[in-house]
Amino acid sequence: MALLQHPGYEEEKLQRVAEQLPCREVQAGTLLALMGQPQQYSYPSIFIYGHRASGKSHVMNVLLKELELPHATVSCVECVSVALLFEQVLLSFFGCDAASLLPRSPSLSDFVRIYREQCSQSPARQTRYIVMEKAEILRDTDANLLPALLRLQELVEDNVTVILLSEIVWDTFRPNTGCFEPLLLNFPDYSKGELQQILSQDRHPSYSAEFYSSYINILLGVFYSVCRDLRELRHLAALNFSKFCEPLADGKVKETDTHKLWRNIEPHLKKAMQTVYLREVSSLQWEQIQQMEEKEAGVLRGLSAHTHVELPYYSKFLLIAAYLASYNPARTDKRFFLKHHGKIRKTNFLKKNEKTSNHLLGPKPFPLDRLLAIFYSVVDSRVAPTASIFSQISSLVTLQLLTQVSHDDQLDTPKYKCAVSLDFICAISRTVSFDIMKYLYDFL
Amino acid sequence: MSKRKVQNDHMPSGECVTQLQTILRKRLCHQQLPEKLEGVEAQHKHLLELLKQTAIHGESNSVLIIGPRGAGKTTLLKCVLRHLLEEKEVQKNLLQVHLNGLLQTDDRIALKEITRQLNLENVVGDKVFGSFAENLAFLLEALKKGDRSSSRPVLFVLDEFDLFAHHKNQTLLYNLFDVSQSAQAPIAVVGVTCRLDVLELLEKRVKSRFSHRQIHLLSSLTFAQYLERVRAQLSLLDDFPETKFAQNWNAGIETLCEDKSVKEVLQRHYNSSKDFRSVHMLLMSCLSRVSVAKPAIKPVDLLEASRLCLADAKANMLHGLSILELCLIIAMKHLNDIYEGEPFNLQMVHNEFKKFLQRKSNSMYNFDQPVVMKAFEHLQQLELIRPVDGSSAKTQREYQLMRLMLDHSQIMEALQKYPQCPTDVQQWAMSAFG
Repeated sequence: MALLQHPGYEEEKLQRVAEQLPCREVQAGTLLALMGQPQQYSYPSIFIYGHRASGKSHVMNVLLKELELPHATVSCVECVSVALLFEQVLLSFFGCDAASLLPRSPSLSDFVRIYREQCSQSPARQTRYIVMEKAEILRDTDANLLPALLRLQELVEDNVTVILLSEIVWDTFRPNTGCFEPLLLNFPDYSKGELQQILSQDRHPSYSAEFYSSYINILLGVFYSVCRDLRELRHLAALNFSKFCEPLADGKVKETDTHKLWRNIEPHLKKAMQTVYLREVSSLQWEQIQQMEEKEAGVLRGLSAHTHVELPYYSKFLLIAAYLASYNPARTDKRFFLKHHGKIRKTNFLKKNEKTSNHLLGPKPFPLDRLLAIFYSVVDSRVAPTASIFSQISSLVTLQLLTQVSHDDQLDTPKYKCAVSLDFICAISRTVSFDIMKYLYDFL
Repeated sequence: MSKRKVQNDHMPSGECVTQLQTILRKRLCHQQLPEKLEGVEAQHKHLLELLKQTAIHGESNSVLIIGPRGAGKTTLLKCVLRHLLEEKEVQKNLLQVHLNGLLQTDDRIALKEITRQLNLENVVGDKVFGSFAENLAFLLEALKKGDRSSSRPVLFVLDEFDLFAHHKNQTLLYNLFDVSQSAQAPIAVVGVTCRLDVLELLEKRVKSRFSHRQIHLLSSLTFAQYLERVRAQLSLLDDFPETKFAQNWNAGIETLCEDKSVKEVLQRHYNSSKDFRSVHMLLMSCLSRVSVAKPAIKPVDLLEASRLCLADAKANMLHGLSILELCLIIAMKHLNDIYEGEPFNLQMVHNEFKKFLQRKSNSMYNFDQPVVMKAFEHLQQLELIRPVDGSSAKTQREYQLMRLMLDHSQIMEALQKYPQCPTDVQQWAMSAFG
């Protein structure tokens, strides 16, 4: 492991930093070189971008904590108003007295004024760092905030550096009239080998390192093509390890018998991708499933299986009618829903050269009249158009099974769209024994 | 550490490098004022004369300094002020008010700031004012009474001037210009802005009161001058304590600037922008590589720094995508090619991806729809794809129309660099008929 080196800091501390940053030595070294010695000036603003869980915050935190540099770490998600941001910065640089000087709803001007006053009392002997996590949220706040932060060093005349961390590239941040350009720094993704190395570090003490690392290898074999997020992978590794060890505990296989272990765990991991990875079943449920021997994983119904909704009889037909109206072209209605539709030649009717089906483009809006016409044709019995039918339509809208498209006219000619999936509508029509597939133009 | 403390006539090299870093960092990062301005002598003279008129003769003036970002507007102003304050009389008399459009976002805040900077808080304290103009007039009145001499000149510096033009009714600007036109108190209003069309932003009455004096800072740097400035930025001055080290360093910089590959790199940067701040950024990343073990900047450092500067950020992000996400991007690229840039939704992308899988009869990438959706959403979070309209709540997620924010060449380049890219995926990306 290449040690970090910089003359401004004690070697012991740097050693400790290096130990905590596996596979990020290069980036930490670059950052350290940019930051320079504590008393020297650093670049006014540094923008660090990289994928989720590529160690941006971690590297920054470890560096600033271990080297004992004055810093304020602010998450932009937490700072719903700029007042919180200012307070946090002043608090961590000058103590709570300074933070209490802020007026009720502070402007940037107040912040800079108080910062300057405090700064003249206790000038920086070391570079102060403001770390902004999730900096992409700054774009949505006050338009002046980001440009002002980028040139904060100039505005407050203090040795201060603002570090922005984000997943999104800098190009989308730039304001209209430009700003002080920050120094861009990329944190590249971890390669497969690096992921393997980092994940193998948190091994279980009662098993050997090789054993755990072979487990990680299998895990990456399944998940690597889908997910490269270290945190997600680590979570999955922790969840499924007990299952991996099961055959060992039963005494069926030895630690070295990788092939058998792989055969045991692979279907389990594949199932995990469909369930735990998508948060269909929670981690707790997943652990419970693993405890229960006889119950197969995935028998427990996940979140999406609960989408089954109990609806009144007519509501079901209304929803079916809405689905048919949304996904069928209006010119085919006659053919599907009229008893005596006259002669339509099949070749003419089924224009197979129509390129894209409606199930690819999504639902089309339809007027209320069409919905009711289809509804009366699919319901066998005679239904009076009572108030209850109409209120059921509007309650379907509140349940977000239908969406109203244009808001311009509430009463006259409302237009709707059907917002349910094919699976859902199939399940509904099965309960009223209606064969929806026969009526869908796309599936003829 | 102990080794470096050996007493010697010379400063140890570690100290030298530290000293060097301190000096150069101050120059590059902190925008330290240079000794002498180059290339803007005429502008400097003009502004200095103008401000002298106000400071000494009590004449009211207004002027706008206009130039692109990083052209040295603030530096020019600061240099002029430094020269101006060298005179005793000016030093005693002149009051300065510095406002910034980024900080003083409306007139109330700006007025408070003016009051504060003129040290009039104790005077204004308990008085209640009606209009804004009354308040401002009082402020200036107070200035007159403040000193024995009949009136003291005030210099108003409005940084980011164009943002002040967005204030309601432009009251502050109107009053400032009005005072500079009529009232007795001599004031000078100096606006600093990067917008060339700033006069179009002003209201008619404000515009008519402005003196229409403009100082343009448009860089007319030739490449030779550019190179010379780079050299000057990096060179050490004579006051460096260790002469030997300084000489070596300066000689190193000299040879660096002579180097052919370095010239090429700088030419490329010169072609993309003459703005000096971007060069500072480049030099800063070079300087950060200087250490005790390597006390000189080598051409390699500059090449590397330039490579990092010019790297395409989106390509970097594409490098870190999972193979599934990359496949989705390729599918989107095909959709874009076929339908000529029409927006697409997840269903279409997935359909395109499934076509590829069928053709290849390869079950390796056979993922469920929810897994694909998760990957799709990740792409959306990275803003590589963007929804066409903002109404996300109304349509189902899989039918929401999206646009790809990448162009063809970026995708192809990323594919070339992608680690262990499967051959069939690569071929699929190449094939024109998805």
